[in-house]
Amino acid sequence: MIQIRDLLIERNELKVLQVDSLEIPRGETLAVVGPNGAGKSTLLLALARLLHPSRGEILFNGKSLRNWDELEYRRKISFVFQAPLLMDMTVEQNVALGLKFRGLPKQEISQRAGKWMKQLGVEALSKRRAGQLSGGEAQRVSLARALVLEPELLLLDEPFSALDPPTRAKLIDDLSTLLKAHQRTAVFVTHNLNEAATLSHRIAVLVGGVLRQVGTAGQIKANPADETVAAFLHELPQ
Amino acid sequence: MTEIFEITILSIQVSAIATVISLMIGLPFGTWLALGNFRGRSFILSVINTGMALPPVVVGLVVAILLWRSGPLGNLRLIYTPVAIIIAQTIIAAPVVTGLTAAALEALDPRLQQQLLGLGASRGQMVWYLWREARLPLLAALMAGFGSVISEVGASMMVGGNIRGQTRVLTTAIVLETSKGEFGQALALSTLLLVLTYLINLALTWIQQRGRKADWHSSRGTPSISRN
Repeated sequence: MIQIRDLLIERNELKVLQVDSLEIPRGETLAVVGPNGAGKSTLLLALARLLHPSRGEILFNGKSLRNWDELEYRRKISFVFQAPLLMDMTVEQNVALGLKFRGLPKQEISQRAGKWMKQLGVEALSKRRAGQLSGGEAQRVSLARALVLEPELLLLDEPFSALDPPTRAKLIDDLSTLLKAHQRTAVFVTHNLNEAATLSHRIAVLVGGVLRQVGTAGQIKANPADETVAAFLHELPQ
Repeated sequence: MTEIFEITILSIQVSAIATVISLMIGLPFGTWLALGNFRGRSFILSVINTGMALPPVVVGLVVAILLWRSGPLGNLRLIYTPVAIIIAQTIIAAPVVTGLTAAALEALDPRLQQQLLGLGASRGQMVWYLWREARLPLLAALMAGFGSVISEVGASMMVGGNIRGQTRVLTTAIVLETSKGEFGQALALSTLLLVLTYLINLALTWIQQRGRKADWHSSRGTPSISRN
């Protein structure tokens, strides 16, 4: 579904991300781990076509992102940031936002928003305004807002990092169940190897802006590709 | 009494039209400055910020030179007309609206743009929702723009000429009455101007604060916890 070939992204003529080759098949959840500044968020922004590569290409369903109509492509994906970034409106309006952008009929918007608010356990908050939600509630709304679009590709940039451990664990469980049930393709950035192992099929390790290794949690732990990967794994919360 | 009524209506008309034109210029231009990432952006912003403190008499002088019968736009015969006052007031208000629009949008979380695009918004939808998110400071920009023109006198005097029944507005009428020593009349007009300004700003403030009240009502009985 996603193929990355010889990708190089530079900022101010400095290399921030280099991925020689990476494939993400349909239905797979790929976790991206790496230290701060490793290029994890840059990879997600490039996959969302919100950043343009200096070299190489990303293919989506066999077609280079350069050849996709920008809006058409962005409407096949959805993005969840670390901060919920909810709009100053009710929970229901927030969840419906992406559907409204797509110009769907009101009845369908309402039905789908209701379904996904229920799936994420925020149905009871539907009339509450975003500013009145707790951190965990806001992040659930943010996930509902992305999942309601039923995107072909879901991009998640450390969506749980600001949450307390119990809220985090519950939300990871819920998201894991949803991703498996709906066979969504997802790329998920995290600092936590346990989270990565729980949510993903495979893990990609980025260090110093370079993709060093891709494999299952067990493979990476047992056989780190190089010293930088081993050193990074050693410092990770287990 | 009829004359005061006419002066008041003309004051509202020219300042309202100038504010609306300023909004039509300042809102897109301020948005472009806030969201753009291009060479010279900081320089343009500094010019706009300087323009926010543009002395009305300087604007009046420049517009008068341009519209003067022998000036480059003299053949339009606009000098000493309400249109000339509108032009001058637009030049005064546009930088205020532009600068405050840019500041309002720059104060939003910069990731909000990416979030809206990441949810499938078109560029137009993204800008609309950013405006919606910044609606309270944007309304303040509108109020500041209107405030800067309803109260100015220098430009209106210079390009309007304070002609009775044609270009006399409240501020120029106040100056005239004061120069004649008619302080009672000047004070009455000043009070009228203050009440008028207050009423218009009251209406805009009411619109601005409606959103806040809605927030407060929806939060009654629920703990208010930061969303981040």
